Amino acid sequence: MNNIPDKLRYATSHEWIRIEDDGTANVGISDHAQDALGDIVFVELPEPGTSVNAKDEVAVVESVKAASDIYSPVSGSIIAINEALLDAPETVNLSPYENGWFFKIKVSDAAELEELMDAEGYTKHCEEE
Amino acid sequence: MGQKTTLYQKHLDAGARIVDFSGWDMPINYGSQIKEHNQVRMAAGVFDVSHMTVIDVGGDDAEKYLRYLLANDVAKLDQVGRALYSAMLNHDAGILDDLIVYRMSFGYRLVVNCATRGKDIRWMIQNTDGFRVSLEEKPRLAILAVHGPESVQKVCEVVADSQANQIRELKNFRGIEMDSWFVARTGYTGEKGLEFIFPAEEAPELWEKLLAVGVLPIGLGARDTLRLEAGMNLYGHEMDESISPLAANMDQTIAYEPTDREFIGRPALIAHKHLYESGEVPKLVGLVLEGRGVLRKGQKVVTDKGEGVITSGSFSPTLKHSIALARIPISSQSCEVDLRGKLTGVRIVKPNFVRFGKKVFK
Repeated sequence: MNNIPDKLRYATSHEWIRIEDDGTANVGISDHAQDALGDIVFVELPEPGTSVNAKDEVAVVESVKAASDIYSPVSGSIIAINEALLDAPETVNLSPYENGWFFKIKVSDAAELEELMDAEGYTKHCEEE
Repeated sequence: MGQKTTLYQKHLDAGARIVDFSGWDMPINYGSQIKEHNQVRMAAGVFDVSHMTVIDVGGDDAEKYLRYLLANDVAKLDQVGRALYSAMLNHDAGILDDLIVYRMSFGYRLVVNCATRGKDIRWMIQNTDGFRVSLEEKPRLAILAVHGPESVQKVCEVVADSQANQIRELKNFRGIEMDSWFVARTGYTGEKGLEFIFPAEEAPELWEKLLAVGVLPIGLGARDTLRLEAGMNLYGHEMDESISPLAANMDQTIAYEPTDREFIGRPALIAHKHLYESGEVPKLVGLVLEGRGVLRKGQKVVTDKGEGVITSGSFSPTLKHSIALARIPISSQSCEVDLRGKLTGVRIVKPNFVRFGKKVFK
């Protein structure tokens, strides 16, 4: 059974988002997603400063098995990226919710967070897939 | 639910992720495909490949029949236990399957792909006319492949001393019958290793013994990246019925001599050979992408001589960058691949990347 922490919000495309104390948000992919992808060998990240809309393709993950687009769960501007993933992409497999974060985003419309799933909803979503 | 080998429960016990493989529930990995791949390159691993189809060929005309059926020549197998890799062609010289044939005390043993089982058996039966030959599929046999630099030594730790002595002496592409077991120095990884073809009910015991001495279970995912690094073809990728062996880097496996041997596909193949010489048949090459990104099957290749296609591509765990096999126009010098909409330059190399744990291309 994959780990699905409470307090995060989840997109149907398997990204998670966590609102930090300073109001910014970190985004990554779920334990379920990294497990399904298998060994991750390359990660492409967005340019810091880019403005994105919810559901825009912003990053790419390549595993031994396949390439997958990563979508931004919300609209906003990218304020930081996890450059450590460029040299150590396997971090996403090892620590999907902590060291394996992809980018930090300044959320422009907090209402979009409400449209995402909570842990319970996401658990059901994964079971139904 | 698909068919299961006698090791299915052992796979679950080892934490396997199970996938459908041509109607069989088989382990794709046991956690990390890359770790399993590296285990085979650096130590020893065991693969359950019991889904593959074993067909024994006997009868007075067994040799005559196989010399007609196969593009390679079983007459080269001058001793019991010797092995040969061959294509089985149709009359247009398209590849029906690729297989290993062993010369056995009772005749010959073929190991063919599981995805092509039905069509292979139909074709083999269809072509028995005029030959005194018997064909017997052996579904009760398991196949375990133990590969890696430590494989032979590990196997010798777990089998009886008398068996170990014989196994240690085996040369590459040679096998030995030991009662109901057949053990051969063949495989699909580019590493030293052994394949066991033996009664399926005995497979769990050998599996347990191998794991107990530190041999790790390896899934079919790592089997695929290992064979790709070794530049070995996979049926349905580099080969199918529409592909000439000349376009699949298999010319060396065709026995043109003696010229009076008639085999299925020979006349068509001779015609292909003329087309190949005039540059009209593509060739199979290796591609190397030293930058970021992963080459994948089906991606379009653009060369200075026209277009081609990637037949197999992945990340190479040994080389730590992407490699691929591709079919491209014959005299191509430069090459780009459509990587998710972006044309990216790649290097053309001989289709062989890693042998015995080391990089082999230039």
